[in-house]
Amino acid sequence: MITELGHFALILAFFVACFQALVPLVGAHKGWAGWMSAAEPAAVLQFLLTAGAFLALMWAFVTSDFSLQLVVQNSHSLKPMLYKITGVWGNHEGSMLLWVLIVTLFGFFAAWFGRELPPTLKARVLAVQGMIGAAFFAFILFTSNPFLRMAVPPFDGTDLNPLLQDPGLAFHPPFLYLGYVGLSMTFSFAVAALIEGRVDAAWGRWVRPYTLAAWVFLTIGIGLGSWWAYYELGWGGFWFWDPVENASFMPWLIAAALLHSAVVVEKRESLKSWTILLAIIAFGFSMIGAFITRSGVITSVHAFASDPERGVFLLLILAGFMMLGLTLFAARAGVMQSKGVFGLVSRESVLVVNNLLLGVAAFVVFVGTIWPLVAEMFFDRKLSVGAPFFNLAFTPFMIALGLLLPVGAMLSWKRAQVGRVLRKLAPVFVLAVAVGVLAWAMQTGRSAVGPVGLFLAAWLIGGAITDIWSRTGRGGDRLGRLRRLPRGDWGKTVAHAGLGVTMAGVAAMTAWEVEDIRVVQEGGSFEVAGFTLTLDGVRQVEGPNYRSTMGDFTLAKDGDEIATMHPEKRVYPVAGMPTTEAALDNGFLRDVYVVIGDPQSGGGWAVRTYYKPLANWIWGGAILMALGGALSLSDRRYRVAAGARRTRAQGVPAE
Amino acid sequence: MKRLVLVLCLVAGPLFAVQPDEMLDDPALEARARDISAGLRCLVCRNESIDDSNAELAGDLRVLVRERLLAGDTNEEVVDYIVDRYGEYVLLKPQTGGSNLVLWLAGPAMLLLGAAIGVVFVRRRSQAAPQAEAVLTDEEQARLREIMKE
Repeated sequence: MITELGHFALILAFFVACFQALVPLVGAHKGWAGWMSAAEPAAVLQFLLTAGAFLALMWAFVTSDFSLQLVVQNSHSLKPMLYKITGVWGNHEGSMLLWVLIVTLFGFFAAWFGRELPPTLKARVLAVQGMIGAAFFAFILFTSNPFLRMAVPPFDGTDLNPLLQDPGLAFHPPFLYLGYVGLSMTFSFAVAALIEGRVDAAWGRWVRPYTLAAWVFLTIGIGLGSWWAYYELGWGGFWFWDPVENASFMPWLIAAALLHSAVVVEKRESLKSWTILLAIIAFGFSMIGAFITRSGVITSVHAFASDPERGVFLLLILAGFMMLGLTLFAARAGVMQSKGVFGLVSRESVLVVNNLLLGVAAFVVFVGTIWPLVAEMFFDRKLSVGAPFFNLAFTPFMIALGLLLPVGAMLSWKRAQVGRVLRKLAPVFVLAVAVGVLAWAMQTGRSAVGPVGLFLAAWLIGGAITDIWSRTGRGGDRLGRLRRLPRGDWGKTVAHAGLGVTMAGVAAMTAWEVEDIRVVQEGGSFEVAGFTLTLDGVRQVEGPNYRSTMGDFTLAKDGDEIATMHPEKRVYPVAGMPTTEAALDNGFLRDVYVVIGDPQSGGGWAVRTYYKPLANWIWGGAILMALGGALSLSDRRYRVAAGARRTRAQGVPAE
Repeated sequence: MKRLVLVLCLVAGPLFAVQPDEMLDDPALEARARDISAGLRCLVCRNESIDDSNAELAGDLRVLVRERLLAGDTNEEVVDYIVDRYGEYVLLKPQTGGSNLVLWLAGPAMLLLGAAIGVVFVRRRSQAAPQAEAVLTDEEQARLREIMKE
């Protein structure tokens, strides 16, 4: 019964979306206030209906309703409750429902918090959001309906893929979708502005919170996915340049570019048409991501349910929206003239370079991702493009970006003097070079990755600190002024320093990881990178829905015991799948990572051990970047509606 | 779905990629072997190197790489030997010849193009005459008056 209600709510939501896509648009064109304001209740209703459908599906998973095909294929009565809930989006159909739920959620936000938007713009934004919703509702209803019943319900399900039964991966998709779909909002704003024929500073200010939110969610989502891969896949890699990873990375890069160019629109009324184009492309990339993941045209370890029919449908949606956006862009780009005048050396110019580097980096990733497909279709060559290509072709852009960032971040708007900024940054530069040289001197191998990475990290972190400190002016009470700086300034500092922290982690882990593979007898011990590991024993453990072989290791340094570690090898009998559970000893400067393998014919167990320097910095930096974004988001300048109300009550606040 | 399960088995099996008994005694030779295998694709997997893969075929290839190294091949000879037998599909870093030039040059070309457009744009901006302040529409003028009155 609840299932049918959910199904019905989903169909109703589709019709509401169609209504929302048309009526406000006509209203805005004709200037009919009633038709325009219909968008608001429609957006709210659409969200409530979709939420109802989603909850109905969740109910079916929680109660293990095995008359539902999706529940049978992805759940099991013995599965822990957390994974029954997260199992809702651990499959194609459910994850599409989550996707569309987030589309309507953002529409709901725009309707609710968009009180200050001009009515025509608001109606158009919500109409475009309605179109996106309608397209995805149609996709779900016609090709991937989660509410299909079984003719003969089985007694139990076939279990969720055990790899997905993990907290890191359970919350990876929702964050990614919040990011992808957040970019649908910037797309809607861009298309609405094109229809309006007007892009100004106010538009930049309205669209920035959504871009920022999308970017923050993408950062968290990508970070979670990479962290999960690190501890779960059993060889401690954190990034594989897999097509699906790239699919989430490209929108992240573009969103980062968009974030910065929207600042220029907001503050200086320049780069307008470029920002609009980026907003369109960003959403395009997030839909390409959906297409790559779900169509199976590009082979990837992530391949979801691959189905050509779904692929074609998604490609049509992608093509439709891109054509809509780009055609409007071509027709209206002339209207959007830059107003601000700025010198060759200025914050504006540096942000142009930022956009160039991020944009081309995203383009390189895109070309590398689709090249195997292109080469096979047009040149009849079957080839692979893997990590070595991306490391070589992508890294230079990040190095250039890292070198430029601290200087660019401190240049002033309109006309800047490089000399003055460089003088302020000189101590940081010296410090960063010293760090790099120290790293070079201390390492045994002759790779440049480590020293260069640590130099960049010190340069970025030191630069970010210098930047915010220089904003406190001169004289006394600088600390007090530091505390009172706008949240936006703090966000910028924290996010830029976070990038540095991540770079340090990536460089150190790439350059100085130590790996050890050997056979260990029970009771035997061995040394890795100055640590002593002892295998005390191996035992069999029963989990709720798996069986596990667990090793007991003692980790010691210089005779002092640091920790006991319990790597596991699990078998999930229902799904018939084994997984590895690595044991980690996390530290601020290093991780020790142990994996247990098979028993050997000569006795003993195969054991793989890694020493991973600065491993946690990779995700620590991602957390800092997300935190920086969140700080900027909470800046009172962007709480448009709330800010306006307060202004009226208290008069104009001092800046 | 079945294919997905199969693939994930290959990815996540508790077997190791490199087995202790495969490894060569000479650390220098073993390091070279690891280096080479990180650049070779496991043919039955999705986008994984034979160094990371647990698939049986990847294991066979790792052993083959080590055999060739023991036979005295240079790194390039080992790679050529394998490419001759399995095709360029095994190379994770595509060759630079022929149509692959497009792949390798796409990034630099785009950078140059973008830089050229950027320079033209920035120069034009720096030479443009400052425009008059944005003119408000009548409606906005009215709204402004209203706000100023408050």
